[in-house]
Amino acid sequence: MSPNLRIALRFLTARRRAMFMSLIGIMVGVGFFIVTQAQTSGFEDFFIKTILGTNGALKIEDRLQATLFPMEADGADGHSDFLVASDGNKKIIPGVEDPARISEAVRHFKNVSGVSIVLEGTATLATNVSGATAHVQGVNIADHLAVSDLSRQILQGSLADFRIVPTGAVVGSILAARQKLHPGDSFTLEWNGALRRYRVSAIFETGVSDIDRVRIYVHLPEARSLFQKPTGASFLQVNLFDPGRAREDAVRIQEVIGHVVAPWQKREKTWLDVFRALRLSSAITVSTIILISGLAMFNTLAMVVMEKTKDIAILRSMGYARADIARIFIWQGAIVLAAGAMAGCVLGAAATYGVSKLPIRIRGIFSTDSFVVSWSLSHYVAAVLIASVIVMAASLIPARRAARLEPGDVIRGTSQ
Amino acid sequence: MSTPVAANAVIRCENLHRHLGHDAGRVHVLRGVSFEAERGLVHAIVGPSGCGKSTLLYQLGLLDKPDDGRIWIGGELVSNSSDELRTAARGRHLGFVFQFHFLMLEFSALENVMMPMRKLGRLNEAAMAERARHLLGEVGLGDKTHRLGTELSGGEQQRVVVARALANEPSVILADEPTGNLDQKNSTMVFDLLARLARENGQAVVLVTHNPEIAKRSDRVLSMRDGVFV
Ligand SMILES: Nc1ncnc2c1ncn2[C@@H]1O[C@H](COP(=O)(O)OP(=O)(O)OP(=O)(O)O)[C@@H](O)[C@H]1O
Ligand SMILES: [Mg+2]
Repeated sequence: MSPNLRIALRFLTARRRAMFMSLIGIMVGVGFFIVTQAQTSGFEDFFIKTILGTNGALKIEDRLQATLFPMEADGADGHSDFLVASDGNKKIIPGVEDPARISEAVRHFKNVSGVSIVLEGTATLATNVSGATAHVQGVNIADHLAVSDLSRQILQGSLADFRIVPTGAVVGSILAARQKLHPGDSFTLEWNGALRRYRVSAIFETGVSDIDRVRIYVHLPEARSLFQKPTGASFLQVNLFDPGRAREDAVRIQEVIGHVVAPWQKREKTWLDVFRALRLSSAITVSTIILISGLAMFNTLAMVVMEKTKDIAILRSMGYARADIARIFIWQGAIVLAAGAMAGCVLGAAATYGVSKLPIRIRGIFSTDSFVVSWSLSHYVAAVLIASVIVMAASLIPARRAARLEPGDVIRGTSQ
Repeated sequence: MSTPVAANAVIRCENLHRHLGHDAGRVHVLRGVSFEAERGLVHAIVGPSGCGKSTLLYQLGLLDKPDDGRIWIGGELVSNSSDELRTAARGRHLGFVFQFHFLMLEFSALENVMMPMRKLGRLNEAAMAERARHLLGEVGLGDKTHRLGTELSGGEQQRVVVARALANEPSVILADEPTGNLDQKNSTMVFDLLARLARENGQAVVLVTHNPEIAKRSDRVLSMRDGVFV
């Protein structure tokens, strides 16, 4: 053990209670930081998982067509707004004209794990009791299961039934509840005057109420008949092996296929920004606890320096250098910091575990019955890092003051 | 301007000046002090209270810088060298006994004596403890090595300080009234120890004393008055 560390340990015990309070402060700050980060990023991760499981990583829609009109000519003929708004000098044509070809092209990208062709339309749903508006998505179920978590979102009925019944339908949970629909019940969908009859195969719940309230899945050929659209698609839903690379892939795929490709980060920007803001603000709030314990540390060490001026002078007279004196006080800060941070990590982990068991029912943007937490080493690293910066900065100032003491002044002051 | 340098002078100062206080309260404490201490001898500085004895000792101990004048230790000019060099010189060459007991109270007698050895790092842990125990035995505290500073009497604390001053075998021992708060018996013991070490190890002892008995038994007596030797 270095002589400085030995002296630091002994000085620590001289102010045991004040040091202990600083330690508790650091522990609580670090622990709170970890548990709040675990929650906010837990909910954020869960939200991302939900949106990837419902709408996929990429959505391919709307063909891009280069316009032949030069920009100068546009200003004169009054159509300029429309053209400028459509992505520089490109024109946007809604929908995917040749979904089979595009789907094949997209499958060639390495990161793509699945592509599903979707034909979407709004129809009027009617049962014996009442009616409602429904967003009908015609899909090839095998393809769609590869780009969504639909198989895990089934509440009642089964997808096996849907597979074999050509007029089967999978209905969103809120819509089904409002229309009192159960597996086996039948209902009609009406579009443009034409009426078609379907049977409920299964009921799904994504937790995203905007979806559960209106969405109905039917087989793609059924949707083509209902909406009288023998070719084409509304959009393609794409899943990726690594959703983190969605932005980069979207740019590359868009370039190759000439359709607008929207990555999930862009689609869900509003909510993702809300989660990020929440995570950041809780980090800042909780950091103030650490800041306060840093101030306590500063206070305690400043007190120890004042109490120990005589000891400092003695050490200096024996050949201990200014740097040694500074180190003795920095060690004290470091020891309290290390103990506090370690205890804080344990507290944070325990609290995270406890919180994950707390019941809470959330529906709306996702579906959960308990607090969602994420276990990430980065939360622990960030908490310890913040505590280290604050506590070490708080220790440095008293340490420097101690190092600057002139032994002659101290000894004369006492020996006069 | 100065006396001829003795061949075995281990610490030497020349024409030291030191002012203390500020503005109106500024006092010219040392007014051109020249002095040298030789190996193997005990030097006693005597003089009335307030004449500047302690101030001179701090100068010689490199704890304070002179306003003017020069100090050599072991032939090396140190009065104006950097803080690092002066600190290192203190650890290597000097042992202090301050006028009032300066013990680190949260540490045991043994730890206090080992403190300068740990910094110097010449000995291993066992050898340091061995030497510290030996020194404490020399000052009559062989049975109280593990007492904390707070558990020792004033006189006992002062004897620990004497043992601590000897820890690194310094070439110069600077002692400001080392026997000030000791009884006759312990006073004699501490003085005898210092005198014996000076003779045996060739260390120079410079002590300040008000005790005529001690002064009489020293090898040299220097009388100070108003910041100069007379
Ligand atoms: N900070 C200061 N400001 C002004 N004057 C001071 C200061 N410190 C000490 N002095 C003065 O310096 C002079 C020398 O003090 P010093 O401590 O060296 O005396 P001393 O000879 O050791 O006395 P004693 O025998 O009482 O210990 C004294 O007159 C004292 O009043
Ligand atoms: Mg004095």
